[in-house]
Amino acid sequence: MHELPITQNVLEIALRHAEEAGGGKITNIYLVVGRLSAVVDKSVQFYWDIISEDTPAQGARLHFRHTPIQLECLDCGTFFEPEEMTYICTACGGIHIRVAGGDELCLEAIDVEQEEAAPAESGSKHP
Amino acid sequence: MSERITVVEKITQANDQVAELNRARLDEQRIFAMNLMASPGAGKTSLIERSLPLLSKEFRLGVIEGDMATSLDADRAAAAGAESVQINAASCHLDAPMVKQGLDELDLDNLDVVIVENVGNLICPASFALGTHKSVLIASVPEGDDKPYKYPKMYRGVEVLVINKIDLLPHVSFDMDYFRQGVEALNEGVITFPLSCKSGEGIEAWVEWVADSARERIGQA
Ligand SMILES: Nc1nc2c(ncn2[C@@H]2O[C@H](COP(=O)(O)OP(=O)(O)OP(=O)(O)O)[C@@H](O)[C@H]2O)c(=O)[nH]1
Ligand SMILES: [Mg+2]
Ligand SMILES: [Zn+2]
Repeated sequence: MHELPITQNVLEIALRHAEEAGGGKITNIYLVVGRLSAVVDKSVQFYWDIISEDTPAQGARLHFRHTPIQLECLDCGTFFEPEEMTYICTACGGIHIRVAGGDELCLEAIDVEQEEAAPAESGSKHP
Repeated sequence: MSERITVVEKITQANDQVAELNRARLDEQRIFAMNLMASPGAGKTSLIERSLPLLSKEFRLGVIEGDMATSLDADRAAAAGAESVQINAASCHLDAPMVKQGLDELDLDNLDVVIVENVGNLICPASFALGTHKSVLIASVPEGDDKPYKYPKMYRGVEVLVINKIDLLPHVSFDMDYFRQGVEALNEGVITFPLSCKSGEGIEAWVEWVADSARERIGQA
């Protein structure tokens, strides 16, 4: 479905941040994916393997952190996870709700492996 | 040596930036734009065909058609009297850069209203802002009354809900109360137009809303 453009954006953002941090090889990618965002991990992984090839992010591991759907009852203020196919407050039975979480789709962090620092520096400190 | 870099960036950020540019451009040209979203076959093109003749008395209309492969919908819109461009969305949704491309192809100096027909899909379009002023979801009776519960994000993100194909209500089981309860829970007070593109019932109220929104937009300095 929409995973290809999403994966392209992930790659773009990751490469940009790695570059800003001085470059290097990206080894891990940490994503936050809300249950409402309807992103399928396997599908992201599939595109990732293809589009990351020959970039500094090739071979990076994708980590998905899934956040549950969180609703807030506007009648009684309770936060709850909805049951299948209903939006009825589990505390008071109210039906006025606000989506409080679960639609996140963001890149949280990356791990970048820098090239080994030149050993000359520590050596020169000795008298 | 490995270093953890905190990013925390919305994955659709690049899209959202282009959407903002689209919006600025539309505002500058004093054009009212809306994004029609629906599942395949809900009646997006039919609603455009029905609305154009009524709207064209007052407004100059452009249509951007997002279509997977064919130009059928763009041809239908053109036949109904709009300047139409077709974007071959090699994707399941339109995104802001595609709409930018559509705007580039339209003669914006000579338009008042731009209607975007998104690709038929209830999931993806909800994640991609286009820069349009209003998002409209077209539900249709044969799809069933459980759609608000299955696609909450889509139902939550729109300003207007059209319920199309009400001529079929006597023939299919569609519990309007259950449907509306789901809609109200997600999107309280959303403007709703039950109508039929086939019989024409309810079309006028919808067209009146489009015209009012357009007048408001165009009238703004
Ligand atoms: N009974 C009935 N049929 C309708 C109505 N509106 C549209 N249809 C039919 O529904 C079918 C699909 O309509 P379209 O307008 O092409 O739907 P669409 O949403 O543009 O479809 P895609 O662009 O392919 O996703 C057509 O056969 C229409 O004739 C309606 O109000 N009642
Ligand atoms: Mg169509
Ligand atoms: Zn409650």
